[in-house]
Amino acid sequence: MYEGIVQDLIDELGRLPGIGPKSAQRIAFHLLAADPVDVRRLAVALTEVKEKVRFCRSCFNVAQAELCRICADPRRDQTLICVVEEPKDVVAIERTREFRGLYHVLGGAINPIGGVGPDDLHIRELVARLADGTVSELILATDPNTEGEVTASYLARQIGPMGLRVTRLASGLPMGGDLEWADEVTLGRAFEGRRVVGA
Amino acid sequence: MTSPYPAGSGSCNHGRVPVYRDEGVVLRTTPLAEADRIITVLTRRTGRVRAVAKGVRKTTSRFGSRLEPGTYVDLMLHSGRSLDTVTQADIISPYGTTIALDYARHTAAAVMLETAERLTSEEREPALRLFLLLVGGLRTLAAGERPPALVLDAYLLRSLAVSGYGMALDDCARCGEPGQHLSLTVGGGGVVCAQCRPHGAASVSAGAVRLLTDLLRGDWDGALRSDLRARREAGGIVAAYLQWHLERGLRALPHLERA
Ligand SMILES: [Zn+2]
Repeated sequence: MYEGIVQDLIDELGRLPGIGPKSAQRIAFHLLAADPVDVRRLAVALTEVKEKVRFCRSCFNVAQAELCRICADPRRDQTLICVVEEPKDVVAIERTREFRGLYHVLGGAINPIGGVGPDDLHIRELVARLADGTVSELILATDPNTEGEVTASYLARQIGPMGLRVTRLASGLPMGGDLEWADEVTLGRAFEGRRVVGA
Repeated sequence: MTSPYPAGSGSCNHGRVPVYRDEGVVLRTTPLAEADRIITVLTRRTGRVRAVAKGVRKTTSRFGSRLEPGTYVDLMLHSGRSLDTVTQADIISPYGTTIALDYARHTAAAVMLETAERLTSEEREPALRLFLLLVGGLRTLAAGERPPALVLDAYLLRSLAVSGYGMALDDCARCGEPGQHLSLTVGGGGVVCAQCRPHGAASVSAGAVRLLTDLLRGDWDGALRSDLRARREAGGIVAAYLQWHLERGLRALPHLERA
């Protein structure tokens, strides 16, 4: 244990995902030894991200205004919505340049043991977005693992009866992984090879 | 070296065999560091173990879907002080990923997996009967021939019974008075006679008692003859009974979809 504020910093860093006590300690001592200008820049970035970044009112992607950059872009195809779990998945799919439609970020995946049910995700908002009939195809790009599959099968069941085409990313994405780890080529192929699901 | 893992994971064996092979059902997975997961497995011989699966979240992982929840796998594990490490995994049956295609069945499987974890309170305590009940329950759910809610209730009643919480369904749970009793108390362990009936005991229909008996015995011909009302009533009783015997509520239970 270290004195007061150093230990506080280690404790705070240790709360971040993927950072254990030893990594937290290493980062804390790195910051102590670093140039004050660099550390101030990090502090400003941390504060600004919480003050200025919010979630898009339409798709729940990260945004710096009411609407995110993608929803605000009139050149995007308004008839296609790609459903993903997290904002980082939007980034992964944008990198492929395969998709020119809009997104909908659920904010996670259905995981009953983790206490996450359909009502804990932005599913109601998705159904509301589909109500006016503009959207003709919904692409389910949840992770290729059990939680992602369950979420996709739930959505296909809820949305199938609304009469639009519902597809799921397919070929090339092996089960068990997270979407963010897929390389651009594989993910791009998965878009081309999407298959229709549900009724 | 700095590492997000508890000291000694994957290196020190503390008197246990350093590498061992067992088969098991993946109960739960939690993300660890960048691309790893901790998997909780109920194994046939070793009981419940937790192990690190390195790189499993990468889409190029050699583990693929083999370590997804509900999968029945053949595992090679390397012993560690607090966590073991998975070195090899081969699918025996991909129950979890099959069941995931149907939301109602998935929620039933989630309740099964969580119950199995909660009923094996100690790690590395062999729990063969719970293991066999879980494999049987998942196999039946995956086959899709029987109503998921009944498969779940049968699994829960029998898992509770082998854990020492068998529900009394014939003789009075308090005094042993034989006969068909139509009052039931989850705290009192099952049906009770008119004399023993505590204040607040619920009335139960003969149909529900018969269904619970059939499910506990594994008499599917009998259970499938039950009507919808008895099934709903029995389901409510099993859920209340389960919650009573587990200290904390199950997280998956509120999400259960009884189609
Ligand atoms: Zn947006």
